[in-house]
Amino acid sequence: MTDVPSPGRRGFLRRSIAIVPAAGALTATGFVAGQQVAAQAASAPAAAASPPYTPVYFHAEEWAFIQAAVARLIPSDDTGPGAIEAGVPEFIDRQMEGAFGQAATWYMQGPFVPSSPLFGYQGKMLPREVYRAGIAATDAWCKQQKGGKRFAELDTGTQDEVLKGLDGGTIQFAEVGAKDFFTFLLQNTKEGYFSDPIHGGNKNAVAWKMIGFPGARADFLDWVDKPGVHYPLPPVSINGPQG
Amino acid sequence: MATIKKPSVDAVLVGFGWTGAIMGMELTAAGLKVLALERGENRDTVPDFAYPRITDELSYGIRGKLFQNLSKETVTIRHTPADVAVPYRQHGSFLLGDGVGGAGVHWNGHHWRALPADLQLRSTYEARYGKKFIPEGMYLQDFGVTYDELEPHFDMFEKICGTSGKAGNLKGQIQAGGNPFEGWRANEYPLPPLASPNSAVLFEKAARELGYHPFPQAAANASRAYTNPHGAQLGPCNFCGFCERYGCYMYAKASPQTTLLPTLMKRSNFELRTRSHVQRVNMSPDGKRATGVTYIDAQGNEVEQPADLVVLCAYQMHNVRLLLLSNIGKKYDPATGEGVVGRSYAYQLNGGATLHFDKDQPMNPFVGAGASGHAMDDFDGDNFDHGPLGFVGGATINCINTGGRPIQQLALPAGTPTWGAAWKKAAKENYVYQTSVGSQGSVMAYRDNYLDLDPTYKDAFGQPLLRMTFDWKDNDMAMTAFIGSKVEQIAKAMGPKHISMGFKKKGDHYDVRPYQSTHNTGGAVMGTDPKTSAINRYLQVWDVPNVFVMGASAFPQNFGYNPTAVVGALAYWSAKAIRETYLKNPGALA
Repeated sequence: MTDVPSPGRRGFLRRSIAIVPAAGALTATGFVAGQQVAAQAASAPAAAASPPYTPVYFHAEEWAFIQAAVARLIPSDDTGPGAIEAGVPEFIDRQMEGAFGQAATWYMQGPFVPSSPLFGYQGKMLPREVYRAGIAATDAWCKQQKGGKRFAELDTGTQDEVLKGLDGGTIQFAEVGAKDFFTFLLQNTKEGYFSDPIHGGNKNAVAWKMIGFPGARADFLDWVDKPGVHYPLPPVSINGPQG
Repeated sequence: MATIKKPSVDAVLVGFGWTGAIMGMELTAAGLKVLALERGENRDTVPDFAYPRITDELSYGIRGKLFQNLSKETVTIRHTPADVAVPYRQHGSFLLGDGVGGAGVHWNGHHWRALPADLQLRSTYEARYGKKFIPEGMYLQDFGVTYDELEPHFDMFEKICGTSGKAGNLKGQIQAGGNPFEGWRANEYPLPPLASPNSAVLFEKAARELGYHPFPQAAANASRAYTNPHGAQLGPCNFCGFCERYGCYMYAKASPQTTLLPTLMKRSNFELRTRSHVQRVNMSPDGKRATGVTYIDAQGNEVEQPADLVVLCAYQMHNVRLLLLSNIGKKYDPATGEGVVGRSYAYQLNGGATLHFDKDQPMNPFVGAGASGHAMDDFDGDNFDHGPLGFVGGATINCINTGGRPIQQLALPAGTPTWGAAWKKAAKENYVYQTSVGSQGSVMAYRDNYLDLDPTYKDAFGQPLLRMTFDWKDNDMAMTAFIGSKVEQIAKAMGPKHISMGFKKKGDHYDVRPYQSTHNTGGAVMGTDPKTSAINRYLQVWDVPNVFVMGASAFPQNFGYNPTAVVGALAYWSAKAIRETYLKNPGALA
């Protein structure tokens, strides 16, 4: 398996062959929902079809991290499109500048008391600040532990190992909660993958096509009494038909 | 000191959701000059819930565009009185409403009448199992109003909503196809049940073959075009899949906007002021009467609004907080067990099984309505013998398909990694074939689950936040373990290739992060004893006769149902007492 490091090269489509953990508890059938959609999903238009996105919040090194990390969280492989084709980095950058990144609708008054994770995120830092500090801390950790390379410069197997460390609590940082950072990153990655294309991710509704969700069609009166029949129509966005 | 003083009104309503709209209709009909104060914005089907913008899962379902902005006000939460509470900083466990229509805009329309036994729970258990059956520290109480008294109001609220369902008990005669456990009803539902999604058809068959009594979930999602008694027209639900957390673009989901406001907003003796944030109820020097309310308007002015009658129509938590901020009623103290305001906060304990089927059985989870599916009541309320089981309460079990929206509702088999190639493969292979069987369980009231004001955290106006002290108790965990065994039995009988069980177990603590239920109850409970209830059976504050308190804050404990229909019926019941008795001779009704 090979992977080309592409720090800072916008619009570059990372292709990688994923390793499927042997521990997968699935009896996979390989079936694609909505047969008429299958062909389109398998040959999803590349992100290069849309003009390259210039990040507004993230710096070049941060942008390289975001692209590398989301490409591991939702990889590109024969199963279907990954986070890169879906435009997830653009989605996350836009979220940083919006209400989510600024915690505009969260209660952010102190005191900020360390407490059990059961009470949700209790940090003083805004999500965008957690990203900035989290990326810097992860890159610094990688440089120290992985031969002077930043996260985006590592091979994909090592990147997975680092992400698992952030997720599982084996990597900790003094200046920012590693788990908080990973939780936001994974949440936003999945949001960008599955949200309506109007938000910058899920380009051409590629993720919806892959799973068989019709998106903004939102009218199934003629389908509710058709048990056991696959829905035939491809998804639409709030903006209209998708590729 | 107020900077602006407005002319007096006959009645001021604090909050303008379901109960505000019902009270507005009833009190204006009685000839009163009524003012509703709503802290949020005005909202209507057009433009606020219009297609296609409303079908945006990220903005509405995940970021909560219609929910309360927690940056201005939230609650704090802790597990025990010995802990320090921390703020509920992001929406998770429950979703507080905001704006005209309140949470009545973004509910999903499960329409349940309380069981007769639910309204007289202590009497029922004492008679059937003896006093000793009720555990130490549990506050089990009767509502103080009976099913027979509420029946006409349940009936009225169903007609207002255009509820779709099948009667199970018509005037005492059990009807095939309905809920045989329900209380008697004078009339069939206004509309026939919604069509059943595939998964609910399987659930119905499995439950029936196991000897249970499934029936179509009664839905405040109109199954046909409908005109309600006020002339409001509802459209037929089209199973769009964007129901709970969203406004309804089809005019099919009952909300204040679709059922009551078209009439109410035209009445010359009614006024609505939005962006008017009530700070407190103002009291006479002797504390025996309310003189009106003080609110902050959109420009930040403090406004004094005199009124003869004050009706708290906000959400359960906000009603309790306003009583505490206004020093109305005696504050509850868990150390002594004395006091009533904040007492008996309760919640719900839900569980579920996620089912995945083979590729020849697509469940099409995106085809859904807020309340489309089947439910069963065999293990709810006191519909089964608790004697050998040793716990109080029960749960409804259902298979409801609300939309399968992929950010929130993609459900993968247990053991699937949360990211990476295997996660993606599982998402692709399972989404179309997923469904769930859920349970909605009762939570009783306990001495140390309660609400008061937080000593540290403040809202945007500098007033203390409400503090919730709550954790799961053994009785309710025993209930959910029992229900879980039934859910698993039914799920297996539906014949999926894979089942993932999700039920809490003894020792689990309340986790505020995942969504669970916006069925928060208690804190200003109704009853017949002023030592154990904040309001009397007419929802009137015991010692302050010109203040009434609507909402689920009145429930002495929670049950296995969604609360809205009971909240609606109690508002009509209270309005009738105001119109027929109180207005002729203002004073204590009980």
